[in-house]
Amino acid sequence: MKHIKTINAGVLKASLKKPGCKECANSCQSACKTSCTVANLACENK
Amino acid sequence: MNVHKFKQQGLNIVIDVNSGAIHVVDDVVYDILNYFEDNNKELIYEKLKDKYSISEIDEGLSDINELIEKGLLFSKDVFQDAVKRNEEPSYIKALCLNVAHDCNLRCKYCFASKGDYNGKRELMSIEVAKKAIDFVIKNSGPRKNIEVDLFGGEPLLNFETVKGVVEYGKTEGPKYGKDIRFTITTNATRLDDEKIKFINDNMVNVVLSIDGRKEVNDKIRVRCDGSGSFDTILPQIKKMVSNRTKGKQYYVRGTFTRENLDFYNDVIFLADEGFKEISIEPVVLEDGNPLALREEDLPKIFEQYDKLTEEMIKRIKEGRGFKFYHFAIDINGGPCIYKRISGCGAGHEYVAVTPNGDIYPCHQFVGNNKFVMGNVFNENEGLDKNIINTFKHGHVYNKPECMNCWARFYCSGGCQANNYNFNGDIHIPYHLGCEMMKKRIECAIALKIKTQE
Repeated sequence: MKHIKTINAGVLKASLKKPGCKECANSCQSACKTSCTVANLACENK
Repeated sequence: MNVHKFKQQGLNIVIDVNSGAIHVVDDVVYDILNYFEDNNKELIYEKLKDKYSISEIDEGLSDINELIEKGLLFSKDVFQDAVKRNEEPSYIKALCLNVAHDCNLRCKYCFASKGDYNGKRELMSIEVAKKAIDFVIKNSGPRKNIEVDLFGGEPLLNFETVKGVVEYGKTEGPKYGKDIRFTITTNATRLDDEKIKFINDNMVNVVLSIDGRKEVNDKIRVRCDGSGSFDTILPQIKKMVSNRTKGKQYYVRGTFTRENLDFYNDVIFLADEGFKEISIEPVVLEDGNPLALREEDLPKIFEQYDKLTEEMIKRIKEGRGFKFYHFAIDINGGPCIYKRISGCGAGHEYVAVTPNGDIYPCHQFVGNNKFVMGNVFNENEGLDKNIINTFKHGHVYNKPECMNCWARFYCSGGCQANNYNFNGDIHIPYHLGCEMMKKRIECAIALKIKTQE
């Protein structure tokens, strides 16, 4: 494609195949305690 | 909203919300997208004919249609089954353990009412702390990873319980197949060699509070006599960080208020002091408080985030980068959709425990009697099912405003406590927080694209 560069091809749909194990951290615990961003958590089941 | 486009750091970025795909596009496609959803080719020609040739527009349209066919643009929400997973049982697997409802600082923005959470100043006994560990082990079901954040007030005012509960967790966790990960959030005033070693040996993360420059920190983070804490804490934080085993996490964490809307300078100050993991976060205070952020401050705050993004890109390329917590989004991975839908976990996966053993949905609700869910000593009574259900169902698909927001799978509905405190309802997002969150996500994405080039 000439006009578009795709940076990533849809991590969300792909993650439907993951087990949804909920072993990852709870967002508030990591540093913020007031302004959680769930997307900056790391997956424990890569 | 299913597609979001924005300009950041000279890039035209397009996010396909439902697939999570991220694209960088040229001006032709960026402009076509202003009119594309009307599905009217003639209109697009008409609107853009003075700017681009017909063949350029046709090429742009062809690229857009190719992405649509691949499911990477204007894709539909296919997560209804994932939402249903939220009906499965929840397990408590993270604790905020308030080991001290007391503090030796009187920070002017403290949400915990200067450490006592509007109650009496007290410390958690080791008996309560052990009971809390028993509680989380018992209620964590199949979850293996358990997080316990030692919090306050100032947790190091109660170092005996801190040591005792870590010891207890290390003994009890393995008996039940649990990996209990301790973290601590401290104002750094009481750090000494013994505590630094203990924290380094036992905590997977340590959050060290400092607001940045001395004049900023000392206006807010003051002792009972009003004197500033900066000169005590900076050397101790440096010592803690320099003694941190490589690879073990820490965060130097501050809060910005209306007094330092130029908080970019505080982030850079901390980076120039040698810290590599930094978080400076917006204060959350009720309207009318002189330190509270206001809507009118947003342009200035956005400008600071822009400046920070630019400087971070520069430093990363020069090999002297640092991590800024809110920009640390992994655009090629991150949590799965199930996690993104279920949100922060407060009240059904994550709870706070007070010195007397009372359980609240999270640390931000402590002190509000309406939200007492139970007590670690009342094992047989369990937790308040209504509160659990309210929080469990307080996910992004039940927040109408969030479902119209492009950032829904990044922020997952925001902080339940902020939503409740500002709007009386966990389902209604805290608007000022949303605006800053969206700006940070845009910056974080641009930062990633620019530095992975």
